[in-house]
Amino acid sequence: MKDVNIRVFVLVGLLVSLLIAIFVSPFASSYPDGLEKIAEIKGFLEKGEEWVLWKLSLMPDYSIPGSKNEKIATGLSGFVGTIIVFGVGYGVAMLIRSKRS
Amino acid sequence: MHVPDGFVSGGVNAITYIISAGISVFAVREANKKLGDKQVPLLGVVAAFIFAAQMLNFPVAGGTSGHFLGALLAASLLGPWMSCLIMTVVLTIQCLLFADGGLTALGTNIFNMGIIGGVLCYYILVALKSIFPKNKSGYLVSVAISSLMSVVLGASACAVELAISGTSPLGIVLPAMASVHVLIGIGEAIITTAVVGLILNTRPDLVGTYSYQDAGTFNTMEA
Repeated sequence: MKDVNIRVFVLVGLLVSLLIAIFVSPFASSYPDGLEKIAEIKGFLEKGEEWVLWKLSLMPDYSIPGSKNEKIATGLSGFVGTIIVFGVGYGVAMLIRSKRS
Repeated sequence: MHVPDGFVSGGVNAITYIISAGISVFAVREANKKLGDKQVPLLGVVAAFIFAAQMLNFPVAGGTSGHFLGALLAASLLGPWMSCLIMTVVLTIQCLLFADGGLTALGTNIFNMGIIGGVLCYYILVALKSIFPKNKSGYLVSVAISSLMSVVLGASACAVELAISGTSPLGIVLPAMASVHVLIGIGEAIITTAVVGLILNTRPDLVGTYSYQDAGTFNTMEA
């Protein structure tokens, strides 16, 4: 296979990531993850619930407060998050490269 | 295995914050030496892919789910220090915007997933690569094993932190965390090997850890 251009590679990668975040993530398993499940069984889950810091985040638990459709809210927060992570990752890399001595 | 606020003690969080901050500064210096034209957009897209793929929780045993970690994927493409930076970017945004992982536990999460998952497991990949046959299959087997280990070792570190914090005794929490994360790690190995395999077929030069200098023309044959 002929080498694909780096721009094409990055755009395809970003597109695949966006499609996953928008259309697949709303259908991901809603079971607790390994750590949450163990916290539940071993009885330390409530230790995390005393904190209210998480309420300050914009899209807690990949949802949008006040939205009626949970699946659309998850897809939308996935879209926003993927774009922001791409932008910050790219920006941090450019910044680090520009400081080359 | 994103640790929320309240699970790990203030002392453990303070120590992991200091370690993670120190290693991040070192990682920035190392990345500064190695970032080329193609690595800048690659770093962005790998971070975006890891964020998106981490949203896909898949069910494992007994009403439990797990998701992709991605630290070893990043390390196999861009090396340990850029992997650590990518995980720091992903974990910080997850924490601030989505409350996925506590703000007080951000240093702990970067330590478990970025430093153990990205940096330590990079060296495991390099060690395995030297043991297995020096060809594509040998490389992919090394990627599979080290990516599985990134999840198990990250979760084990998390168990040790919970034990030091007095949250749960080590004898209980370590075997529980390690065993569940072996199953999640199998998912990690499948995804990482598939993605690395796909990139080897399209742009093998982007898989930074895949050159076998001593194997002569092997690398160019694959392109």
